[in-house]
Amino acid sequence: MTIFGTIDVLSFLVFAPAIGALIVLLLPQNKWLARWVALAFAAILCGVSVAVFFAYNHAVPDYQFVIQTKWFDLLGSSWHIGIDGISATMILLTGLLTPLAVLVSFEVEDRVNAHMALILFFATGLFGVFVAMDLMVFFLFYELSLVPMYFIIDQWGGPNRKYASTKFFIYSMGGSLGMLLATQLIGFTAHTFDIQQLTTIWPAFNGANGTFLGIPIETVKGLAFAGFFVAFCIKVPVWPFHTWLPDAHSEAPTAGSMLLAGVMLKLGAYGFLRLVIPLFPDVWISQISIFGLSISVAGLFAVLAVLGIVLGAFAAFGQTDIKRLVAYSSVNHMGFVALGLAVAALAYAQSYFKVAGIDPQTAILAMNGAVFQMFNHGLSSAGMFLLAGAVYHKTHTRDMTQYGGFWVKAPIYGGIFIFTSMASLGLPGLNGFVSEFLVVRGAWPVFTVLTLIAMIGLLFTGGYILKGIRAVLHGPFNMHWRDYHLEIDLREFVAIAPLMVLMLVTGLAPNWILSVINASVTRIFGG
Amino acid sequence: MDWNSFISNGNFLPWLIPVGPLLAFLIITLLTNRSKWIPATSEEYGGSHPDYGGMLVPVVTDTSRVVSVVVGLIGILFAWIVSLIVVAHAFAIDHLGENVIASSGTWFDTGVTAFKMGILVDPLTTIMLIMVPLACTCIFIYSVGYMAHDPRQSRFFSLIALFAGAMLTLVVADNLLLLFVGWEVMGLCSYMLIGFWFEKESAYKAAIKAFTTTRVADVIMLLGIAYLYASTGTLSFRDILHNQATLTALAHSPAILFGGLGWSAASLIGIFLVVGTIGKSAQFPLHVWLPDAMEGPTPVSAMIHAAAMVSAGVYMIIRMYPLLSAGGDPGAGILSPPMVLMSVVGAFTALFAATIAVAQNDIKKVLAYSTISQLGFMVSALGIGAYIAAAFHLITHAFFKALLFMASGSVIHGMEHGEHHVHEHHAHAHGHDELAAAHDQHPAMSEAHVEAVEAVTGEEPAAAIGDESGEGHPAEPTAHVEPHAEQPTKVGPVFDPQDMFNMGGLRKTMPVTFYTFLLGGLSLAGFPLITAGFWSKDEILGDAWHGTLLGFGASALVFIFLAVAAFLTAFYTMRQIGLTFWGDARTEEAKHASLGKGIVAVTMTLPLIILAFFAVVAGFVGVSPQFPILGSIFSSGGFSPFEHFVGATLLTEPEAVPFNVFPVLVSFAVSLGGLYAGYLLYWRKPLVAGEVDPMVNMLGPVYPILKNKYYVDELYIRVFVKPSQWFAANVAYQFIDKGIIDGFLSLIARVFTWIGDLLKNLNLWLIDGVGDGVPEAIGKFGGWIRWLQSGEIQQYMLYVAIAALVIGIIFALTTGVLHAAP
Repeated sequence: MTIFGTIDVLSFLVFAPAIGALIVLLLPQNKWLARWVALAFAAILCGVSVAVFFAYNHAVPDYQFVIQTKWFDLLGSSWHIGIDGISATMILLTGLLTPLAVLVSFEVEDRVNAHMALILFFATGLFGVFVAMDLMVFFLFYELSLVPMYFIIDQWGGPNRKYASTKFFIYSMGGSLGMLLATQLIGFTAHTFDIQQLTTIWPAFNGANGTFLGIPIETVKGLAFAGFFVAFCIKVPVWPFHTWLPDAHSEAPTAGSMLLAGVMLKLGAYGFLRLVIPLFPDVWISQISIFGLSISVAGLFAVLAVLGIVLGAFAAFGQTDIKRLVAYSSVNHMGFVALGLAVAALAYAQSYFKVAGIDPQTAILAMNGAVFQMFNHGLSSAGMFLLAGAVYHKTHTRDMTQYGGFWVKAPIYGGIFIFTSMASLGLPGLNGFVSEFLVVRGAWPVFTVLTLIAMIGLLFTGGYILKGIRAVLHGPFNMHWRDYHLEIDLREFVAIAPLMVLMLVTGLAPNWILSVINASVTRIFGG
Repeated sequence: MDWNSFISNGNFLPWLIPVGPLLAFLIITLLTNRSKWIPATSEEYGGSHPDYGGMLVPVVTDTSRVVSVVVGLIGILFAWIVSLIVVAHAFAIDHLGENVIASSGTWFDTGVTAFKMGILVDPLTTIMLIMVPLACTCIFIYSVGYMAHDPRQSRFFSLIALFAGAMLTLVVADNLLLLFVGWEVMGLCSYMLIGFWFEKESAYKAAIKAFTTTRVADVIMLLGIAYLYASTGTLSFRDILHNQATLTALAHSPAILFGGLGWSAASLIGIFLVVGTIGKSAQFPLHVWLPDAMEGPTPVSAMIHAAAMVSAGVYMIIRMYPLLSAGGDPGAGILSPPMVLMSVVGAFTALFAATIAVAQNDIKKVLAYSTISQLGFMVSALGIGAYIAAAFHLITHAFFKALLFMASGSVIHGMEHGEHHVHEHHAHAHGHDELAAAHDQHPAMSEAHVEAVEAVTGEEPAAAIGDESGEGHPAEPTAHVEPHAEQPTKVGPVFDPQDMFNMGGLRKTMPVTFYTFLLGGLSLAGFPLITAGFWSKDEILGDAWHGTLLGFGASALVFIFLAVAAFLTAFYTMRQIGLTFWGDARTEEAKHASLGKGIVAVTMTLPLIILAFFAVVAGFVGVSPQFPILGSIFSSGGFSPFEHFVGATLLTEPEAVPFNVFPVLVSFAVSLGGLYAGYLLYWRKPLVAGEVDPMVNMLGPVYPILKNKYYVDELYIRVFVKPSQWFAANVAYQFIDKGIIDGFLSLIARVFTWIGDLLKNLNLWLIDGVGDGVPEAIGKFGGWIRWLQSGEIQQYMLYVAIAALVIGIIFALTTGVLHAAP
């Protein structure tokens, strides 16, 4: 598919934001000019993403809008991009959130051009990852997305931004290091970086007589797996690789938090389902022994996922800082993504080796749930950060104990806050419920006890959501804020309204997006 | 699809039932809920708010108030009318149990199949469609008057519209997932409405408690749904419950968990679902939220206790009964594990809650515990297989309990009216001295008051705020600041308009309320022959006795527990009516209690009269055909209409229990006995002001236990609430995340910092040494440099590596990143 006559639409999505960023950076130092130009660019991106999503035909198998041209021949890497239903969903999410983040960051008064340029530049990294069909392209954009976010936090963040941004950067780089090595190893042995080819070559790769450079092949694969696994675990984040997140999310400016939680975390989950699941069926299914307990790697991943669900919910419940509370809610919610992926990983491995095990229907539902949860969490966490940022921007404190009774002075904000909180809580009728239900349904026959334990997390999801509502809205009005303007601004309202509409529509009629996800997922499991 | 065929096709019509209230919710929320900003001290501002020192607060405009109320009423009336049409349709269909009204469509794709979402009207739904919209309509009408002076009446109507919409969705749902959607949305509505007066600590705490307690059960129920879906591939009621093959398969496959107990899949799913009901219908041990739910405005209590929330729990287990009983045969005394759970929990709760109700003084608390107790009747009835009796009691209970709640709301409203009257009188007589004294008695209040006064005078606090607000945040213009510091509202001595010991003699000033309350109360007490409550309760006891005669232990247990609970029910009902309406007024407020005149009084009495009618006659549809005289009148075809109709919901219609005179006599005895005992204590010689409740002396040391509800709340706070709060803040966050994980990372960081420092020092020495040494000893180093340039590539690489490391570390240190770690 092309737009503007000859430009490939996916390449456009990847490079237009970078060009936009450059233009915004070079514009005269005028706040309003920079803001509106950035918004215009973001709106175009949004329009194109939506067009791509709806132009994608989920009834047709295989990747669509595929482009493959020479790029880095020497390494065996090419500019190979294209999308399936899962990438289409993620592109839609990125396209939707970018203009909203730009709109919200109108509140930034300092070095506006640079700020807007970084947000646009960030979109390049995200789109690049989601369209990549080549491992080098994937890695390149995966790393690229880190840079603008680092500067957004580091330059425009809260009081403790230096610590948070450095922690974020070092954590992510720490993960990327192993990923880079693993990428090179795989590319080197397979003589290609094409992901689709790799999914058949690499799992079958057996080295020379079961060794590679004298090392047993299981060890090699295990190390390669670990490289990817840790990198993506950090990004998702899967417990216990999550402690960068509360700091980064809470110190980032509102738009930064929205994009971080809304899309950046999905890079990790996307990496799992695009790379780690298809490339390492043998590792996922292999048994390891911990303290005498034998468990498959996929099972271990499920354990970590459930720990994230439960401890994330508890940690959120223990917060008094509103942005930290919302940040920990991401750990909690992304745990469901990880749980769904664990089921999918095990099922994929079993089907790869043709061993009897998980019913394909279960695997499909679990993975549907995981991908759908990625989208839903994007909506609700972006919304929650927007609202947390709105109140922080007005009161200059994130300490919830200093709030209280804001519903009196901000009735519209209160209504929106409750609505968005309920979406985050997974109230049936709103978006999050469907995906959580699908994950629970998928995980139950496979990881029964773990699913049962995960329900404790679901219970405390209610706990921290209600705690947030109670602290911000309920109780007698704190007279300290008597003369403050607390009601939501029109600009903020415009930014959250599309999210709310999507939460409701997706909750009531999820099939507009779930059918697209389902078609691709079903094909993965040979349905 | 064209609209006409949609309307004329009976299968599509039920889709419209929830639409009215849901649309009303959207319209009110998005369009008509308009506020104006007035100072909190204004007369317009209702009495349910704390003092905001003249701060501007939103108050619903008169137009918005009227429009919202009208929209809400239209919404529920629409639902009612459509329901009536659907019910008429349903009655016209022969064998409705087989030829149900149903339609469905794809909700989402699941692999190559799809999950279908749709509506179903079978006999059970039909009777719910008679009860729910009618009760909801009464509640809506009642709310017009009850909430007339609340500054947030529009919000109230939007929320109860959503509440009603969710309940109707639940009722017409054709699958368990859609039922769960309605179930949870109702949970949200109850949370929002219990905490409607969100400034009050007791209100928001009760709201959180309600939501959290029911959520404990809901997450378990969700597992049950997921399990059922995983086992059968569908959640449709018809596909599962009307399909003997599926039920048999579920009953014969072993459970996925707790294998040692020998349960079947059906049993485990059933237990998960029953746990959902234990939460939603407030059964022991998750009953604690319901009494606190009284914090909401009274129409909400009626909504929660009668028409919607708790009924939903019982409705769900009645709906799922074929699954819950799969593997058991109640007719032969074989109960499946979920049924055992239901009968034990239900019977225990029925008695447990009834004992608590005896010692409560709050008029609404008594009713709350009576609800818990009555729900126990239904749950235990279902537990012993009395399917019809449970459904029957669900319907009759909804009518009389809605009536009782609204009547008690009228009483409270009347008492507040009386309080207002007295207060004005008082203020005239004593002036401000009284208020000043009140200040001293309530330090907490006067503190808030002082703060408010400071804010009003606008000196120090305002200046502080001004400093912080900074640029771009112009403080809102504070118009309407009242210089007058005295705020007479909300400072007076605390008077509890819900305490029955402050009442007495209300029959004189509130006759309609009295008579309707009396009818509702008698129905609750099961006054023989003429009340609906008698017939439904009698049927439960009849079923239990039948099982007892056959030697089933569970039935015997249920029979004994329920009989005693029924006695207590009659007793506390009489106590309540006696304390509230009989005798003479025990306070000035009670003497002046009245509903006043005009629209408020009309809207608050009309629904009572409607419901009182149903609280009496609704029972005659379920009279046993063999009942002497009455049986041949009301059940002339040889079967009771209710039993015959509802029984058709099941695959095999349950057999009617043969008539036995013993349970009827027991029903007579416990009801009349309880009423008589209440009469002796509270009616024949009514209490006068200051007199101690005779219960205190009679029960002795037991009384405080009952009064404090067996200390269950305190236990839960110690065992669950406090530890989980402590765990969240200290273990999950501080210890694991901050301590272990971040501690480990910062240990690594510290090790590297140490290495960095070492190298830095080394380097400083080196550079300084070189720098200082160069001018004076350049030649001296000639030989050394020559040694450096050894030409060995490894050595060069080593220098490069050291330099890179040093530069990197210097960069890291000078930017201060590693030091920033706390």
